[in-house]
Amino acid sequence: MTATRIFGTLAHRAAILAFITFALFPLFWLLKVSVTPNDLLYSEGVRLWPSATTLDHFRFVLANSEFPRFFANSLIVSGTTALVSTVLAALMGYALSRFRFRGKMWLAGLLLVTQMFPLVMLVAPIFKILSPLGLTNSLTGLILVYTAFNVPFASFLMQGFFDGIPPDLEQAAMIDGADRFTAFRQIILPLALPGVAATLGFVFTAAWSEMIFALMLISGSEKATFPVGLLTFVSKFSVDYGQMMAAGVLALIPACLFFLLIQRYLVQGMTAGAVKG
Amino acid sequence: MATMEIRSVSKNYGTIRVLDDINLQIGDGEFIVLVGPSGCGKSTLLRMIAGLEEITGGEIRIDDRVMNTLPPKGRDIAMVFQSYALYPHMSVADNMSYSLRLRKTDKPTITQKVRAASVKLGLDALLERKPKALSGGQRQRVAMGRAIVRQPKAFLFDEPLSNLDARLREQMRAEIRKLHRELGATSIYVTHDQVEAMTLADRIVAMHGGHIQQVGTPLDLYDRPANLFVAGFIGSPGMNFLAGDVAGGVLRLSDGRQVALPETMPAAMGGATLGIRPEHVLPAPAGQGALDATVDLVEPTGHGIILHLTLAGAVFKVLTHDRRWLSPGPAIAVSFPPEALHLFNAEGLRV
Ligand SMILES: Nc1ncnc2c1ncn2[C@@H]1O[C@H](COP(=O)(O)OP(=O)(O)O)[C@@H](O)[C@H]1O
Ligand SMILES: [Mg+2]
Repeated sequence: MTATRIFGTLAHRAAILAFITFALFPLFWLLKVSVTPNDLLYSEGVRLWPSATTLDHFRFVLANSEFPRFFANSLIVSGTTALVSTVLAALMGYALSRFRFRGKMWLAGLLLVTQMFPLVMLVAPIFKILSPLGLTNSLTGLILVYTAFNVPFASFLMQGFFDGIPPDLEQAAMIDGADRFTAFRQIILPLALPGVAATLGFVFTAAWSEMIFALMLISGSEKATFPVGLLTFVSKFSVDYGQMMAAGVLALIPACLFFLLIQRYLVQGMTAGAVKG
Repeated sequence: MATMEIRSVSKNYGTIRVLDDINLQIGDGEFIVLVGPSGCGKSTLLRMIAGLEEITGGEIRIDDRVMNTLPPKGRDIAMVFQSYALYPHMSVADNMSYSLRLRKTDKPTITQKVRAASVKLGLDALLERKPKALSGGQRQRVAMGRAIVRQPKAFLFDEPLSNLDARLREQMRAEIRKLHRELGATSIYVTHDQVEAMTLADRIVAMHGGHIQQVGTPLDLYDRPANLFVAGFIGSPGMNFLAGDVAGGVLRLSDGRQVALPETMPAAMGGATLGIRPEHVLPAPAGQGALDATVDLVEPTGHGIILHLTLAGAVFKVLTHDRRWLSPGPAIAVSFPPEALHLFNAEGLRV
């Protein structure tokens, strides 16, 4: 009895460990290459850890490349997109969850439809729309596009969280003397924080790693975001893997910090709202 | 404190009518209980009074002001939900003071009112706890506390005790009654439990299928039920019914046997139903009463004995306190005191 339980626990832990190893190995490789001196990169063959390490790549990337600007651009775009999308999605999700209104089915259907097209198909029309408005080659334009594409799914995400909160609660608040918006703000929103955190995280990472629009709508390095900036390490004749990986490691930092910040809410949220991966 | 008036109120969900032509006058300080089986529209009516549900037709007035389009916030009523609906992220004290804080009441007043209410409900030691650290009974009290700190015009209760175990329910029932005596506020209480209705109400409103069946004091409904539904719903075990034809001053049952009717009842009226409560039936040894019946089951409850009989092909129950009937044998006779008989016509209405 106890023996089988111990074995079961061990097997369970081993499976988790195997999965984590599998998931984190590429990140480890990223880190490894970023600290490997250029002369050892090809000469040492495949090793888990180089015989000597260096921070030269990081120094170079921070001091001599345009990477800090890409990084700042990405931070502005992703942060604003996450914030704006989550506010809109919270309001929309609440309406979808609580109100009956004419055309609700159509609206929900339309939101779903926007999720069905591959983004590539939409690049050209979006460019056509943004260009006369002067919104190409602009961070505002990117934020606009990212927000538009993230709000539908984020709304469904938020709706799921609101559905999990009994309507009795805001009705009790309304009887206590709150109007609907006060009840939403003071009673429902605090309870939906896991959902807000999950949505923020989802939209932030989606925007942080978005490539297609960033590539198509932005020309030159002035307004480039980090995924596009990474490509500048690919020159005509060679790829500077060390610097590229160092940039990659740096780019992981905000995402990690962000999730560290919201993970307290997210752990509840994952189980409550089933986040799309 | 307030009077209320409900004037031919109706409610549709889509094309389905769930409440029809509801009329009710409620006096200042009255304790009204809406009772009826699940799905009859009690909660819907309560929620329309609270302002949580739109009114399809008719008028609801509180203190002579029409409430129809006023949001809940403008009606100054408190409500206790079946689920309690406590705010999970707030302490007991914050739950109770939420309404006062919304009204920008000053701090000392809030503290004093919350204290008074919590002492009254025995919650003073729990004020800093979150709802999830409370037992079911304590949560119920917090829900009550949240309602009484406000001193609203009226209290609404939607099956507030149905999540409690039987003993706690009995205790809270007595406390609610006591609270009402102290506060004297107009109250509307919804339940499907006729015992709660009988013990709490000044007046009972019996509902069925979206209609009011009868309004009256608990004893009115017990002694003079207006129709078959109320007769069967009020009382436990429920009233016995014998169907037959009335002619020549007797009711002829489906098996041909006859029951003599008292002279106060019509002598001839065709199809009818005779009702008698189990506690009013007089049992006697077989052959020594008005009708013989076979015994199916003897159910001792401690303070009484319920005999399950078959009479004219239908279930017939007798409630007696005489322990002689613990082993009655295969058949017994039953007699009916004439003053305890209820007669209903073919439409199910009392005659
Ligand atoms: N939001 C709703 N939409 C459609 N039908 C509803 C809704 N709420 C209640 N009903 C229907 O209205 C009737 C009365 O419901 P309710 O007032 O909750 O009954 P009770 O409280 O007496 O059990 C039921 O038949 C129920 O199915
Ligand atoms: Mg109900």
